[in-house]
Amino acid sequence: MVRGLSILLVCQLIGEVMARGLHLPVPGPVLGLALLVAGLALWNRLRPFSDEALVAGPVGQVSLGLLANLALLFVPAGVGVVQYMGLVAAHGGALAVALLVSTTLTLVVTVGVFRLMKRVQGRADE
Amino acid sequence: MNSPTLWVYLASSPLFWLTATLVVWVLADGLAAASKRHPLVNPVLISIVFIGALLAASGVSYKTYFDGAQFVHFLLGPATVALGVPLYRHRQLVARDLLPMAAALGVGALVAITSALLIARAMGVPREVLVSLAPKSVTAGVAMAVTEALGGIPSLTAALVILTGITGAIVVTPLMNLLRMRDYAARGFAAGLAAHGIGTARAFTVDPIAGTFAGIAMGLNAVFTPLVVPLVLTWLKI
Repeated sequence: MVRGLSILLVCQLIGEVMARGLHLPVPGPVLGLALLVAGLALWNRLRPFSDEALVAGPVGQVSLGLLANLALLFVPAGVGVVQYMGLVAAHGGALAVALLVSTTLTLVVTVGVFRLMKRVQGRADE
Repeated sequence: MNSPTLWVYLASSPLFWLTATLVVWVLADGLAAASKRHPLVNPVLISIVFIGALLAASGVSYKTYFDGAQFVHFLLGPATVALGVPLYRHRQLVARDLLPMAAALGVGALVAITSALLIARAMGVPREVLVSLAPKSVTAGVAMAVTEALGGIPSLTAALVILTGITGAIVVTPLMNLLRMRDYAARGFAAGLAAHGIGTARAFTVDPIAGTFAGIAMGLNAVFTPLVVPLVLTWLKI
C-alpha cells in the first residue's frame, strides 16, 4: 500500500511543481494523472505487464481502493459548505433553479453530442 | 475526568471528528447500498447533512472539525491521480472516442456555464454571484481559483460546486434511463463533465466504464472551463 501511495503522491507532487513552476492553467493533480498514464505506458513498453498484474500490483490496489471510496473524500469540503448556506440562501430560489436546469441541460447536451459524433464516425450501434 | 471535560476533549480532538466522518460515511453508504444505490439516497448528501447538524448542535467550529477531517480531504489529490489507472486500463476504448469526447467537452462545458448564467441573470441575481456561479461544474479547487481571479466570492463558489455535484449525481441515472441511453461511455462522460468528482463517484457505482469516462471528462473540464469562463462572461456582458 505504501509503495502504491508513494507513486501516486510523487506524480501529484511533480504535477504541482510543474503547474506552479511553469504557470500552467492545469491543476497539479490533473497533471499528476497525465504523468501516471505516461509512466504506465513507458513501463509497459520497457517491462510489459498484463491488466491483471496492474490491478493486483501496488498502484492498482491503492488506486482502485481510493476510487471505490471517492465520494467519501468530498464529505469534509461538503460539510464546510453548510456554513456558507446563508450566502446561497440569499438568492436561494434563483440559484436552485439555475443549478437544477443547467445541470440537467448539460447532461442531456453532453450525452447527445457524444452520441452524435459516434454516429458521424459510423459507430451508432456501439 | 468528569463528563463535561471529557466532552470538551472529544469535541476538540481531531481523532473524534475523523472517526465521526468515517463512521457516518459507513452508515450513509450502508443505507445507499440497502436502497440498491437509489439515486436519491446519496451518501455524500446524507453524511454532509448529518455531520453539519452534529456541528451545529454541539457548537463546534468547522475549523475544529476540519483538523480531523483534513486527513480524508487530503486524499482527493492522490485520488485524482489514481483516475489514471482506469484510464490506462481502458485506453483502447478511450482512444476510439477522442472525437466524441472533444466535441462533447466543448459544447457541454459552454452549455454548463452559459445556461446557469442566463437563468440566474433572468431571475435577478447580481453580478458578483453570477461570477461565482459560472465555474460550478468543475472541481472545487479549480472553480474557486477562477472565481477569485474574476471578482466573485470563492466560498460561495465552493458551496455551488458541491450542490451542483450532488444535483448531477442524483439526476444523472434517472435522466439517462429516461433517455434510454445505454452507452455507458457517453453517460459517464456527461456525469463527469456536469458534476465533476461527485458525478464521477456516482458513475463508478453504476458502471466501471462510466466511471472511467467520467474521470476523463472531469479532468478535461478542469482545464477547459477556466479558459472559457472569462470569454463567456465578456460575451454575455456580465
